[in-house]
Amino acid sequence: MKKLRRSMLFIPGSNAAMLSTAFVYRPDSIMFDLEDAVALREKDSARLLVFHALQLTAYRGIETVVRINPLDTPYGLKDLEAAVRGGAEIVRLPKTDCAEDIQKLEREVDRIERECGREHGSTRLMAAIESASGVVNAVAIAAASPRMDSIALAGFDYVVDMQTQRGDGSELFYARCAILHAARAAKIDAFDVVFSDVNDDEGFLKEANFAKNLGFNGKSLINPRQIELLHKAYAPTEQELRKAERIVNAAEEAEREGLGVVSLNGKMVDAPVVLNARRILALAKPAFAQA
Amino acid sequence: MHIKKEAICGTLESNDLLVKVVPFGGLQVSISSEVMRQFGARIREVVDETLKQMNVSQGKIVIEDKGALDCAIRARVQAAVLRGCECEELDWSVL
Repeated sequence: MKKLRRSMLFIPGSNAAMLSTAFVYRPDSIMFDLEDAVALREKDSARLLVFHALQLTAYRGIETVVRINPLDTPYGLKDLEAAVRGGAEIVRLPKTDCAEDIQKLEREVDRIERECGREHGSTRLMAAIESASGVVNAVAIAAASPRMDSIALAGFDYVVDMQTQRGDGSELFYARCAILHAARAAKIDAFDVVFSDVNDDEGFLKEANFAKNLGFNGKSLINPRQIELLHKAYAPTEQELRKAERIVNAAEEAEREGLGVVSLNGKMVDAPVVLNARRILALAKPAFAQA
Repeated sequence: MHIKKEAICGTLESNDLLVKVVPFGGLQVSISSEVMRQFGARIREVVDETLKQMNVSQGKIVIEDKGALDCAIRARVQAAVLRGCECEELDWSVL
């Protein structure tokens, strides 16, 4: 069973109120942020807040992600201790430029899991790509560790590195495609950028549909208001759903009858079409879905 | 752990708390909370447990609670104590 991962909601790690209540919004994943959302003087307390919040029973059933500071800062390794020991399912590494960044992270995660008695390999890794180097090295990054779970594009730093600015999306087109191909080649997931204007629902939906159609599993979000919009954007239409049900029913019938070929209304249905129909049915279900 | 200087951690926002630690000969804990009547005993229990885990036996610990969950109380007390002890490294095994 593979969990849907349409929405990944950022929660500032230093905000006790949000950490204590964010589960009510029911995103697919919650990302506790120890990096940009936390002031330098609050890094120590945010780390402890996140460590304890991870253990709240209310977060069971929601995938937990912790964005740590880069490992070359004074905070990164301490954040990693809190995330792994606290039980985060995924550690998100910002500013990932090359496979070695992930391998260095992997070595530290191995050590912490060993020291705290956590099951080896149970902490998965997400690389946030925020630079031209990261995009160019995306294929190696995606395959850098068996712990690799996903890649996320971080748009603002990337456009600065590219000497451009956020606009109609054309500035991100190459990076989106490159990251998505790297993720799919490595059989891992991919997350699109945040959409920062929380009052522009139309613009958000346009971008969400674009990301969905390219093939992204979901988007990073900065406001809980965007969760429902995003889930609706990812939900199949009634027509798509009925068609998918007919295809899957035909495939199951063919399997029961021991037929090698699936046919529907007199036409042969190829295996990728059946797979796609299963994916559409999975998106229609709110929580767990068939891989 | 030995509290060497005055330190604070937290906020007075809803669902949070403000913790102040001050060097002092004995151990003195004072708690005020909007939900003192319903949860005062539980808050005290969490604070005492946290101080014990960190081996804090001296200091004035002043807590102003705004309805924080146990996880926030633990985190804020730990961070305030670490700041007061000027301690950079954390023994995760005791938390």
